[in-house]
Parts: sequence; C-alpha cells; structure tokens
Amino acid sequence: MPDEKITLEILRYHPETDEKPSFQTFEVPYHEDWVVLDAINWIKEHVDGTLTYRWSCRMGVCGSCGMMVNGTPRLTCAVFLNEFHPEPIKVEPLAYFPIERDLVTVMDSFMEKLQSVKPWLIRNEGEEKPLEEGEYLQSPAELASFKQFSMCINCMLCYAACPVTGLESEFVGPAAIALGMRYNRDSRDQGREQRQEVIASHDAIWNCTFVGECSVVCPKNVDPAGAIQQAKVESTIDWYTSLLPWTKK
Amino acid sequence: MSKPYTPPMPRNWWNKNSAYRLFMLRELSSVFVALFVLELLCFVSQVGQGEAAMDRFITSLENPIYLIYHVVVLAFALLHSITWFNLTPKVMVIRRGEERVPDVLVAGSNYVACLAVSLLLWWIVRG
Repeated sequence: MPDEKITLEILRYHPETDEKPSFQTFEVPYHEDWVVLDAINWIKEHVDGTLTYRWSCRMGVCGSCGMMVNGTPRLTCAVFLNEFHPEPIKVEPLAYFPIERDLVTVMDSFMEKLQSVKPWLIRNEGEEKPLEEGEYLQSPAELASFKQFSMCINCMLCYAACPVTGLESEFVGPAAIALGMRYNRDSRDQGREQRQEVIASHDAIWNCTFVGECSVVCPKNVDPAGAIQQAKVESTIDWYTSLLPWTKK
Repeated sequence: MSKPYTPPMPRNWWNKNSAYRLFMLRELSSVFVALFVLELLCFVSQVGQGEAAMDRFITSLENPIYLIYHVVVLAFALLHSITWFNLTPKVMVIRRGEERVPDVLVAGSNYVACLAVSLLLWWIVRG
C-alpha cells in the first residue's frame, strides 16, 4: 500500500516560454485519505517547486482550489484520489478562463461581473435606520427566501461548467446573478431596481440557455440555474406589469 | 512579460459531456415539436374543408415514411416534455413559511395535469 502510486497529468503553462499549454505527467504516492490538492501539494514540495496553483483553506470554504478534474470543475480539496485510482487523473485550470500560469486562471472578468450586480445591501437615500434604532429584523421565512443563494463561495466552478461563458465572454454568469438575486430577495434591501439594469439585460439572464450544469457542479448547493430562471420569471412579470395603464410611470 | 493564454472554444463543445449532449437534444426537440404543431394546423385546415379533404390527409399520413417520422416526433416530444417538466421546480419555487414545497410535488403536478388533459382529450375524441 505505501508504495502504490497514482498518475497526475497536469496542464502546465509558462507564459515566458510557452506558446500554449501542454500536459506534464507526475507519479505521486497514493494514499486513500489524500485529496487531489494533497497530491498537487506533494508535487510542489518534492518534484517541481514552480508548479503554480491557488489554494488556501483545504476544507471547501475559501473557494480557491477549483480546477478541472478529469474534465469536470471540482474543488480539489474535496475530491479524493480513491475516486479515480488506479486510473490517472487529469488536472487542468478552470475551463473558459484565460490561463495566467499552470493551474492559475485570470479572474479579473469574474470580479468585474460580480461587482456589476452590486452584491451588497442597498438602502434608499435617507431610509437608512439610525444606529440607535437597532438592527433590521428579519423573520426565518424571509431569511429562507435567499439563504441558499447566500452560500456562494465565489469558487467559479459554475462558470467553468457553463458553455455560455465560453461562447459569450460578456455573459455575467451564474454566480454573479445568483448573488444579485440573494440581495434582491433580502427583506432589508431596496436595490433591486439598480441591479435589474444588469441582471435583466441581454448579457445576464437572457443569455442563459438553461444548460443547468452550473447547479450540478456547485459545491454549496446554491442552484444558480434556479436563481437565473426565477429572475427571468420576475423580469417577465415586471415587463407585463409595466404595460398596464395604471402602473405606467 | 505575462501573456495569459485563452483556450479556444472548440466547435464541438456540445459533445464534451453527456449533460451538454442532453441539453442539445432538448433544444433540438423544440424543432420537432414546432413541426408537429404545423402539421396539426394543416390537419385543422383540412378538417375545415370537409370530410373528403380530412380523409385524404389521414390516408396520406399512413405512408410508412410518415409513420417513422411520427415515431421520431413522439420520441422528441416526450424528451421535450419530460426534461422541461423536471426543470419546473428550479423555475417555480413555492414556499410555505420557511419550508419549500418539495421538488417532486412541483414537477409531479405537471405530469398529473398532462395526464388529466390527455384523458379529457381521449374522452372527447372517443365521443
């Protein structure tokens, strides 16, 4: 058992020298209780210190170590080697993102998209409660209406599962829209109208063709596909409501 | 100087995994459903032109090529209905207080409604 090995095929890219990425094979000791991230850490420590990748918490909370494992976006801290052993494991950077180096992707576009939906509580001008009046109370039912969407850890697995993000670079994407919906649903928030400019646009919900894989790969059960379809229903109701003579502004 | 590499989107991206393939089949099923709707409209128009025209239309559908075509249409119509019925809980979230009405009930109501409408139509056609 201690001498058993497993093969990792890792996509490498050195921007200084490489025209395009290529796979490098590593033999790694196989331990039943190791996750893919443990194997990658072992390579960095014992074989090649230049191997570059993101990771932090090792417990599925920080959302840093998302990679393509045998073609599927996964948190590498949550995928055990025994799922694949004795077959080799192919590790690549998250799909549909530009590759910065080895397994590190450029996530600037995601950060911009995330900010564009204003994922924070917005109160109307002058309607903020003074501190001495205490907190905004919320019932358990009001909390339940958005709690699922608030579990997002920004790991971007949903983007790597969505072919629309690969086809349409402007697509705001699953996580950002789900987070926008998280705040829209919050009873303390008054910013829905501001967010709708982005969320109800062609580049957001109307670009989604409901492949549904974003929800399948989400490690936190956020269900971004559901959030997007629900936003489509709400936006459609908004549009029909705006046609009624007594609702016209 | 860092130059990020942007992997090209392969033309056959839809063949990457079974989920993408099923998605494409679901999208394609709309074409067959639309074709059958057109055929149904043609049939209604023939019915409007009298019994002889209606009989001619029905006889023409007995051609084996049409029979095979209708089996394919039925398969796509079933795929279309089942996939969309099963997706309704994602679109329609019904809450009772803190609890969410289980997905199986939301999706199941579609099947019950479909069965009820089918039985009603069967009853009308049987006269």
